Amino acid sequence: MVTFIIRRLIQTVFVLILVSLIAFSLLHIIPGDPVVTMLGTEATQAQIDILRHELWLDRPLLVQYMRWFTNILQGDFGKSIMYRESVAGLIATRLPVTFHLGFIALILSTLISIPAGVISAVRRGSLLDQVITVSANLGMAVPLFWLGILGIYFFALKLGWLPVQGYTSPFDNLWLNTKQVIMPAICLAVVPLASLTRQSRSSMLEVIRQDYIRTARSKGLKERAVITGHALKNAIIPVVTLLGIQLRNLVGGSVLVETVFNIPGMGSFMVRAVFNKDFLIVQGCIMVIALVVALANLAVDISYGYFDPRIRYED
Amino acid sequence: MVTSLPQTEDLLEAPPRTNGFRRFLRVFLGRKVVLFGAVIILMLIIVAIFAALIAPYDPYQQELREALKNPSWKHLLGTDPLGRDELSRIIYGTRTSLLVGIISVGVAAFFGMMLGLIAGYLGGITNTLIMRFIDALMAIPPIMLALAIGAALGGGLSNVMISLGIALIPTYARLMCGQVLTVKQADYVTAAEVVGGSNLRIMLVHIFPNCLSPLIVLITLNLGFAILSEAALSFLGLGIRPPGAAWGSMVNDGYRYLLTNPILSFAPGLCVMLVVLAFNIVGDGLRDALDPRLRGTL
Repeated sequence: MVTFIIRRLIQTVFVLILVSLIAFSLLHIIPGDPVVTMLGTEATQAQIDILRHELWLDRPLLVQYMRWFTNILQGDFGKSIMYRESVAGLIATRLPVTFHLGFIALILSTLISIPAGVISAVRRGSLLDQVITVSANLGMAVPLFWLGILGIYFFALKLGWLPVQGYTSPFDNLWLNTKQVIMPAICLAVVPLASLTRQSRSSMLEVIRQDYIRTARSKGLKERAVITGHALKNAIIPVVTLLGIQLRNLVGGSVLVETVFNIPGMGSFMVRAVFNKDFLIVQGCIMVIALVVALANLAVDISYGYFDPRIRYED
Repeated sequence: MVTSLPQTEDLLEAPPRTNGFRRFLRVFLGRKVVLFGAVIILMLIIVAIFAALIAPYDPYQQELREALKNPSWKHLLGTDPLGRDELSRIIYGTRTSLLVGIISVGVAAFFGMMLGLIAGYLGGITNTLIMRFIDALMAIPPIMLALAIGAALGGGLSNVMISLGIALIPTYARLMCGQVLTVKQADYVTAAEVVGGSNLRIMLVHIFPNCLSPLIVLITLNLGFAILSEAALSFLGLGIRPPGAAWGSMVNDGYRYLLTNPILSFAPGLCVMLVVLAFNIVGDGLRDALDPRLRGTL
């Protein structure tokens, strides 16, 4: 177990180093002069020279990378051009907002998807199964930004039940925060909800065909005990794997949902940075997000042992 | 590494088609829902090709006196803030969706399959390097990666296709690598090695064709995802430049007029959903048809 965790940790570190290479090269795939692109056409030659020097862009590539990498190891992502503040500090104020939304969305999607998938599998072919399957298919196909706009139109503009957009800290005004978070969290939950439902339905269908389920039934167990006691724990393993991947989708979805609902999280922050050509922010966002995703996947891998005792972590 | 796409693993087990093309067609087209998806895709292609003949108006023609009209017999879906016919712009938007979908998936499939083939066949350090690089790409959500690369390259439709293509590479590389590892064990590969076939020849002639069937499913499913991502990127403002028509940017343009002209946002978004749904359904149908054991389970 310990060797497995150490191996996976080393692997994660290696992957993060590669991510840093990708993030670093962003600045260098900009056609033309990256400094001019970042500062815009009105910048004076002196400003350009200062920034070029500040970013060490006048040094050899390898030196640049080593310096950038040692800086980010110390939590220094550089200074934003747009905000004139440290990128790390800016990220620190936005990350909790995205976490907050993502956490609610993850809970929501897990709590609904697994029972929905199981019911759908157990009652295969029934009307309920069809409704669940069709909804899951729609959930995989719906553009999140459009769903958000539909929500705003009906629940905020027409019915007036919820605020149109915005975000207030739950510590300032919990009630307003709850009302503001409902729609974005639901939108964010749609993709994980749909794909986890599909996955739990299909792995449940796979499991209830197995011999040990037949044995459990033939020894006279109640159907409920067969499903919740014998089938569910086996069916849930692939669902847990998918949960790790869903985290990536949640972060990806935050780009759209935060933009539509005007929420100051990582997603909308990165979008604004991208369009203002503030690439130091973009690099910082990518590194932080990759770190979160990689750690979550690590946690998922380690949690396997609980769901599947056959996994002994030897290889 | 324990993490991998479960769907991918399901695909990995797909046996080669044994009962022939007719069984495949019978299963594939046997279900009404798959047929529905196929018809939508066919319609999308026809509309994209004959957009100029089908569209009632010129999608770029501004008629400011007609701006922001609600749906009527003259303009079935109303007009946008510049007085352009919404329906015509949606019809021309099919071209953007389809083009970006096909090209970005093409880029992703080509490079992803090459990387997977090399990693799987050569193994060892090559495999480790390539697959860890793929892991690194996978640690970044595709939409963010595409956004960052696309913006760095300078926006525009072709840069969106490239960046989306790069963002979609990982799934192909992983699936291909897994396939190659299975196929590599086959006797005919050993035979080819014994006879003295070159690595390149064995990879391309003996291994590659035998890995294809799950990849075809992935390509179909990915077309839907690529169209969805393109819509998202153009909603955010990356991609086609005005006055070009893309569904995502049309939703965004209409957002400002949500209270008075909701159709401007609703209609193009609905089109995205329908088309993506169609590709997903057909992809699932293909999967079932190529692998009878999975029928009805996904």
